[in-house]
Amino acid sequence: MDLTNSDRELTANVEELSGENIFSCYQCGKCSAGCPFTEEMDILPNQVIKKVQMGDGSVLDSDTPWTCASCLSCEVDCPKGNDVPAIMEAIREISLRKNLDRVDINKLETKGLPEIALVSNLRKKTG
Amino acid sequence: MAFKPRIGVFICHCGENIAGTVDVSNLAEEIIGYDNVSFSTDYEYMCSDPGQNKIKEAIEEENLTGVVVAACSPSMHEDTFRRVVEEADLNRYQCEIANIREQCSWVHGEGNDRPTEKALKIIKGTVEKVKRNVSMEPVEREHSDKCLVIGGGIAGIQAALDVAEAGNEVILVEKSPTIGGHMAQLSETFPTLDCSQCILTPKMVEVNQHPNIELMAYSEVRGISGYVGNYRARIERKPTYVDADACNLCGDCEEVCPVEVTDEFNQGLDTRKAINIPFSQAIPSSYTLDTEACLGLNPLRCSECAEACDADAINFDQTSEYVEEEFGAIIAATGYDLYPKEKMGEYGYGEYDDVIDGLQFERLLSATGPTGGEVRRPSDGKVPENVVFIQCSGSRDPENHNSYCSKICCMYTAKHAKLYRETVPDGNAYVFYIDIRAGGKDYEEFIQNVREEDRVLYLKGKVSKLKKADGKMKVWGLDEISGERVEIDADLVVLAQSIIPSEGAEETSEHLNLNLGANGFFKEAHPKLRPVESLTGGVFYAGTGQGPKDIPDSVSQGSGAAAKAIDLLAKPTLSHDPQVVEIDEDLCSGCGLCVGQCPYDALDINSKGVAEVNELLCEGCGTCASGCPTNALSLRNLTDEQLTEMIHAHIGD
Ligand SMILES: Cc1cc2nc3c(=O)[nH]c(=O)nc-3n(C[C@H](O)[C@H](O)[C@H](O)COP(=O)(O)OP(=O)(O)OC[C@H]3O[C@@H](n4cnc5c(N)ncnc54)[C@H](O)[C@@H]3O)c2cc1C
Ligand code: SF4
Ligand code: SF4
Ligand code: SF4
Repeated sequence: MDLTNSDRELTANVEELSGENIFSCYQCGKCSAGCPFTEEMDILPNQVIKKVQMGDGSVLDSDTPWTCASCLSCEVDCPKGNDVPAIMEAIREISLRKNLDRVDINKLETKGLPEIALVSNLRKKTG
Repeated sequence: MAFKPRIGVFICHCGENIAGTVDVSNLAEEIIGYDNVSFSTDYEYMCSDPGQNKIKEAIEEENLTGVVVAACSPSMHEDTFRRVVEEADLNRYQCEIANIREQCSWVHGEGNDRPTEKALKIIKGTVEKVKRNVSMEPVEREHSDKCLVIGGGIAGIQAALDVAEAGNEVILVEKSPTIGGHMAQLSETFPTLDCSQCILTPKMVEVNQHPNIELMAYSEVRGISGYVGNYRARIERKPTYVDADACNLCGDCEEVCPVEVTDEFNQGLDTRKAINIPFSQAIPSSYTLDTEACLGLNPLRCSECAEACDADAINFDQTSEYVEEEFGAIIAATGYDLYPKEKMGEYGYGEYDDVIDGLQFERLLSATGPTGGEVRRPSDGKVPENVVFIQCSGSRDPENHNSYCSKICCMYTAKHAKLYRETVPDGNAYVFYIDIRAGGKDYEEFIQNVREEDRVLYLKGKVSKLKKADGKMKVWGLDEISGERVEIDADLVVLAQSIIPSEGAEETSEHLNLNLGANGFFKEAHPKLRPVESLTGGVFYAGTGQGPKDIPDSVSQGSGAAAKAIDLLAKPTLSHDPQVVEIDEDLCSGCGLCVGQCPYDALDINSKGVAEVNELLCEGCGTCASGCPTNALSLRNLTDEQLTEMIHAHIGD
């Protein structure tokens, strides 16, 4: 990635929305070591944070912030007191505001899908 | 009645080290019947207090005349056990070590009787020796109580001040025109960020004013002879062509000098005149005329400076002075240099103006530096917006450069990134690292603060190469954590070059026969237990010549070396081991063969035409004794008779 022209606004936004200093993370990896959901994630929680430090916009394409269950295990673990779930939430918010769609309703196999899932998807569409 | 030796044998288990392989209690029983052995015992750790007491008690109760301690190598505990027998009023040379650890249990497998049989033979051999030993007293001799310190960086300065404070005279020899070393070039110092010159210059002034220190700057040691306590050094005082007492630092000479050459103190980022002072607080505080740069003194080609000098301080007739002095102790504090960036092919072979090393960056940050403390890049004076710092440049690279870690560069790189971000708040600082080594007191906190508060982006991985394009340096790197290959268009790249020993290490090692390690740093007498001593008696190490170090460690080692030197100089006399060679004048034919063979120059043919030994120089190596064609030479307590009897005991007849 081109670091000189990285997305510094993304870094600033995540910090503003989460209220965390993203540079406080020194990449020990303890958050990821204790996260119960890493098997379902495409990149690890600490990598999410590193990418935000780097202003790497590809973090918005990652599954990880969406897989995060906000279980707070990482927050309890973090030796630097970082609120990782708040950072995940900030990334989700930024993605939502970009109106990036992760699910195309038209292509959904609706059979067997709970109704509430469909409704919430439609609600997101209509804002 | 003829003298009948009564020998005690003390067998150590050394935990399982010996007892695991050798049947120690059986040994104690077996040896008791042997010639002249009147007592034997075994114990878990002979060197422990209770072990030592066993020896003392047995000497008194059994009236022993000699002691054999069957244990580890004599290089470990010979002195310990000899002191023990002395405490029980036995002469120290009536104690010998039978090495049944390094030379027996450690090298043989367990599970059979043979190690025990071998240990028994080793002990018997030692009994044969000790029962023929004579009692001796150490040879006492006078020594000089002066100390020579080579190198006037912070380590040498600290050592000189400590020795001088203890009341000993010191001569501090510094190669360059000023003391201070590399510390004088630094801007602010981690982890507390105090200004380097502000904490250094008071110490430099103290050296200059101390009544017990004679400072010889712009001087070099040309030769050293002698031995511990009595070294003789020949020192060259190179001509500065300026009378330091007369020079009033007005700088008129510098102004008129027409020659400009690169300025070493500013690491080549600036120029200086042929007549110059490295920095304004230099000590001695005087100008130096650099003859290599000067248009010429012989014949005189210019002399502008002498004409400009109102104080008449310039004297073109000065020549080198040679001083010879005796010293009891020597401290080698010759410091470090940076591994040349010209050797870094991957980072442009030193050919790019905007790829600089750590000391150059210190000069850019320094208020007294070429940019007055503004960070401006060398090529065009522009304030760099993107600065890339590359750690471990030339270090931790066994394939191409140096295999070792330079220890201080993680810290100074963090300091550089911080100071850069403070001077250029809109700039971006990137640090490429393999891992961060910040083991000193308050160091980890410093690094965390730089990352967190100064928002320096740390990227884990080594930069593969740099390429120049459009006035920028394209940096190809990696961040292992995100798994991203990264590219940065840098305005300035700072290489944390490896620390290497200065040339002074090799020069000093040649004068004093010192060992250098594989990487050229001074080698200690013991890496853990004797880190400031060399294997050459009376020679101690201080500072980065012994290995990469920061200022606190250099100062500590300076004080450590000083303490060792003071300890030596404070002794009223020095004692020398009396186990030296003896000459039977009746047998000596005066052939002189031995004189040439002695590696310590201890032998001579005297006026009577026979060999004579200088007991202070003889190290008891025995080279001469084995070479003497008439058998006139023999070593005290290692006579031919002793050797023969030991061999008989070993081969078991
Ligand atoms: C870029 C950089 C930044 C640093 N920043 C810090 C910091 O912030 N904090 C910190 O604690 N440490 C820092 N250091 C480390 C610090 O510079 C050293 O720890 C310290 O200067 C070592 O002092 P020294 O006396 O051992 O060696 P030196 O300073 O190298 O002094 C050796 C002296 O011996 C002289 N000499 C050499 N050979 C001979 C000879 N044959 N005869 C006579 N004289 C001779 C030399 O001219 C020199 O004056 C930094 C180092 C670098 C490279
Ligand atoms: S809060 Fe999210 S990132 Fe943290 S441990 Fe739980 S699931 Fe993992
Ligand atoms: S545990 Fe905290 S400091 Fe460690 S990697 Fe995760 S967020 Fe960073
Ligand atoms: S101190 Fe740090 S930068 Fe220097 S060689 Fe060691 S690990 Fe690399």
